[in-house]
Amino acid sequence: MEDCARLFNEMYTEERAVRPHYAAFAEWLEQTPAARVAQNRHAAELLFHRVGITFAVYGEASGTERLIPFDIVPHVIPGEGWEHLARGLRQRVKALNRFLHDVYHGQDIVRAGKIPLERIAGNPQFRKEMIGVDVPRGVYAHVAGVDLVRHSDGEHYVLEDNLRTPSGVSYMLENRKMMMRLFPELFANQPIRPVDHYPDLLLETLRAVAPRHADNPVIVLLTPGHYNSAYFEHAFLAQQMGIELVEGQDLFVQNETVFMRTTQGPQRVDVVYRRIDDDFLDPEAFRPDSMLGVPGLLGAYRAGRVTLANAIGTGVADDKSMYPYVPEMIRFYLGEEPLLKNVPTYLLANPDDLEFVLANLDTLVVKETQGSGGYGMLVGPTASRDERERYRQRILDRPERFIAQPTLALSCVPTFCGEALADRHVDLRPYVLTGADVAFVPGGLTRVAIREGSLVVNSSQGGGVKDTWVVD
Amino acid sequence: MLSRVASSLYWMSRYVERAENTARVLDVAWRLSLLVKEPALQDQEWFAPLNITGTLFPFSGRHSEVCAREVLHFMALDPENPSSILSCARHARENARSVRGSITSEMWEVLNSTWLEMQQMDEEKMAARGVSQFFDWVKERSHLFRGVTFGTMHRDDAYEFARLGTHIERADSTARILDVKYHILLPSVKDVGGAVDYYQWSAVLRSVSAFEAYRKVYRDVITPLKLAELLILRDDLPRSLRFCIRQVSDTLGRVQNAQSTETLHQAAQILSGLQYGRISEIFAAGLHEYLTEFLVSTQDLGRMIQASFFSSSKVE
Repeated sequence: MEDCARLFNEMYTEERAVRPHYAAFAEWLEQTPAARVAQNRHAAELLFHRVGITFAVYGEASGTERLIPFDIVPHVIPGEGWEHLARGLRQRVKALNRFLHDVYHGQDIVRAGKIPLERIAGNPQFRKEMIGVDVPRGVYAHVAGVDLVRHSDGEHYVLEDNLRTPSGVSYMLENRKMMMRLFPELFANQPIRPVDHYPDLLLETLRAVAPRHADNPVIVLLTPGHYNSAYFEHAFLAQQMGIELVEGQDLFVQNETVFMRTTQGPQRVDVVYRRIDDDFLDPEAFRPDSMLGVPGLLGAYRAGRVTLANAIGTGVADDKSMYPYVPEMIRFYLGEEPLLKNVPTYLLANPDDLEFVLANLDTLVVKETQGSGGYGMLVGPTASRDERERYRQRILDRPERFIAQPTLALSCVPTFCGEALADRHVDLRPYVLTGADVAFVPGGLTRVAIREGSLVVNSSQGGGVKDTWVVD
Repeated sequence: MLSRVASSLYWMSRYVERAENTARVLDVAWRLSLLVKEPALQDQEWFAPLNITGTLFPFSGRHSEVCAREVLHFMALDPENPSSILSCARHARENARSVRGSITSEMWEVLNSTWLEMQQMDEEKMAARGVSQFFDWVKERSHLFRGVTFGTMHRDDAYEFARLGTHIERADSTARILDVKYHILLPSVKDVGGAVDYYQWSAVLRSVSAFEAYRKVYRDVITPLKLAELLILRDDLPRSLRFCIRQVSDTLGRVQNAQSTETLHQAAQILSGLQYGRISEIFAAGLHEYLTEFLVSTQDLGRMIQASFFSSSKVE
C-alpha cells in the first residue's frame, strides 16, 4: 500500500496543518459533536434512498439498484485555483470543438502534419455520415465532462475528455442539496459558490443551438429508458429544465422532421439532448437491432431540421488514442499554450511504446482506447502477477486497442470509513457547456475511491461521491 | 403531453387505487369472517375477495382450499399474483419511475418508500402487526399519495391523466364490490334479517367508506335499496359509480383531442344512465344484470381511452 503522506492531500499540508481553504470546515468538524455527524451521515443515506438516487449496475442480478456512497467531507477548491482550472477547461473544450469541426470538414490538422490520417480514418468513432455536415454554431460537444486529477507534484492533469454523453451531474447537484439540508451552518459561515443553476445553463445552451427555423424551440431529453444506469439523472435533468423526457418510441420522423407522439397528436421537436450512444440513435443508419433509437433521425439531423446534443461522431475526439494530441490541437487551433497538463501517454499501436509498456506493466495503468467507466483496465501496481499476465495476452492480440499511462498518485481527501476519517483518492469532473459561449458552474463532481489504496473512482467500481466547494 | 407518459400516469394511479380497494375488500372479508362462529362457514367469506377481483381462477390453479391464510397471502403478498397488493405497489412504482420527470418528487417518494416497506413485508410480519393494521397502512399510503398528488401536482394534463386512472379504477371496483355482494342486497332471497344482515350491509358500506355518509343522507336503518342507491346513483359520494364516472367524463372533456370524440360519447352515455336511473327500476330489471352491463361498458371505455390517447399517431 502506498504511503498517503507522500501524496498530495487536499485538506492538509505536508506538515499536517489545515490548508487555509479548508479552515472553516476543519473548525466546524472539530466543534460538531461526533454523534451529530454520525446521525446526519445516516440521515443522508436514508434520504438518498427515499429520493431514489440510485444507479443500476451492469452485470449484477436483475437490474440491481444501488446507492452511491456519499461522503460528507467536501472536496474544497480555493477560488483562485478554480479560476485557473476554468481557463484551462474553456481553452481545452474550445479546441476540441474546433477539432471536431475540422475532422468532418477540411482536416487541416492532418494536412498540417500534426495528427496522422490513420488515427482519424481508422478510428471506429469516426462517423463518415458527418462529413460535410454543418451543425449550428459549429458546436459538437455541447456538454463535456473533463476528468481532472491532482498528482503528488500538486499539479492538475486531465485524465480524459468525455465528449459523448457524460453523466454524473445530477450527483453534483444532489450532493450540494444534501449538504445544505444536513449542515446549513457550513454554508452560512463562508462564501461557497452555488452550483444549482446548472440546469438553467444547460437549457440556455440547448436553446442557443436550435436550428435557425425554430423561434421558440421544442427541446427534449432522449433517454434509453429506466433500465439505464443513468436514468435517474435523465429524469432529474428533464424535470429541472421543464422539458419532455422521451424514449425512442415516443419520437418518429416524417419528411425529415422529428415529431413526438403526444395526447394532442404529433408535436414537432427542434433540439434533442440525447443520452443514447451514437450506435443506438437510428437503427436505419447505425445498429439495425437498436430498439432505443428513432428510425430516420440521422436524415433529419443531416438536413439541419433538428439539432442533436451532443453531435454524432464526437467520440473521435475523446477516444483515448486521440487524447495525446489534445495539447497539439490547442496550439494548432487557438495558437495558445495548453493551460492544463496531459498525462504522458503511450500508444501501444507504436512498436516502441508497446515494447516499453510490456516491460513495465507493473508500474503502468493500461486502458482500452474504447473503454469507459473503469471497465477493463489494468492498474499495474495493484494487480496480481496473474492478472498482469492475462492482460499481457490481451494486449498482444490487439495492441492498437490499448494505451498506457504512468500510475498517477491521485490526491487525497479525508473520508469517513466507518466512524473514523481516512485519506482516500479523489478525482474531479467539471461539466463544460458550449452553446453561444462556454459556460460552467464552479467545481463539478468529485468522485472518491472508497476502498483503501484504490485508484478507481468510477461508481460502477464501488466509488463514492463528495460535494465539491469552490470557496472565496 | 407524451402519450407514453400519459399512459404511465394513468396506470400509476390505477394501480394505487387497485391496491387500496383490494385492501378494503380483504379488510371487510377479514372482519366478517371474525363474526362467523362455525369454522366451515368462515372460509366461505374468503370466496368473496377472489370473486371481486376476478382472481378465483388463478388462485384455484395454485391453492387447493380457500381459507383465510391462503387468500390473504395470495391477494396481499404474492408476487406471482399480478393484482396482489404487493404487485400493485410494484407496478405503481415502476410506472412512476418511468415518468419521474412528470410527477413531483413528493409523489415519487411516497410510491418509492411504500414499495421499499412493502418489500420487507411477509406473512409473519403482517400477522405480528395485525392484519387490519396492515390494510389500514395500505389505505393510508393510498390516501397519502392522493393527498400529495392533490397538494403538489401542477394542474396540467399529467394531473388529468392521473385522476382519470383513479376514477375509472374506482368505478370498476365499487361495481365489483356491489356485484359480489348483490345476493345479500336482494330482500327476497333471505328473510332472516336481523343482526347478520346488518353486519353484512354495514360491511359493504364500510368497505367503501360510506357508512357515515349513509347515516347522514338517510338518517334511517340500512336497507338494501337505499344502500344500492347511495353507491350507484348518488352524485356526492366519492366512491359512487355516478361520482366516479362524472369525474371521468369531465376529465375527458378537458383532455380531448381530434380522435377522442367516440370516447367522450361513451363516457357521457354511461353517465347519463347514472344521472337519470332510478334504483327501483334497477332492482326490477336485476341488480346483477345492471352491474354486469356497467362493468362491460366501463371496460370498453378503458379500451377507448387507451386507443384515443395512448396510441401512436402520424402527421396528417
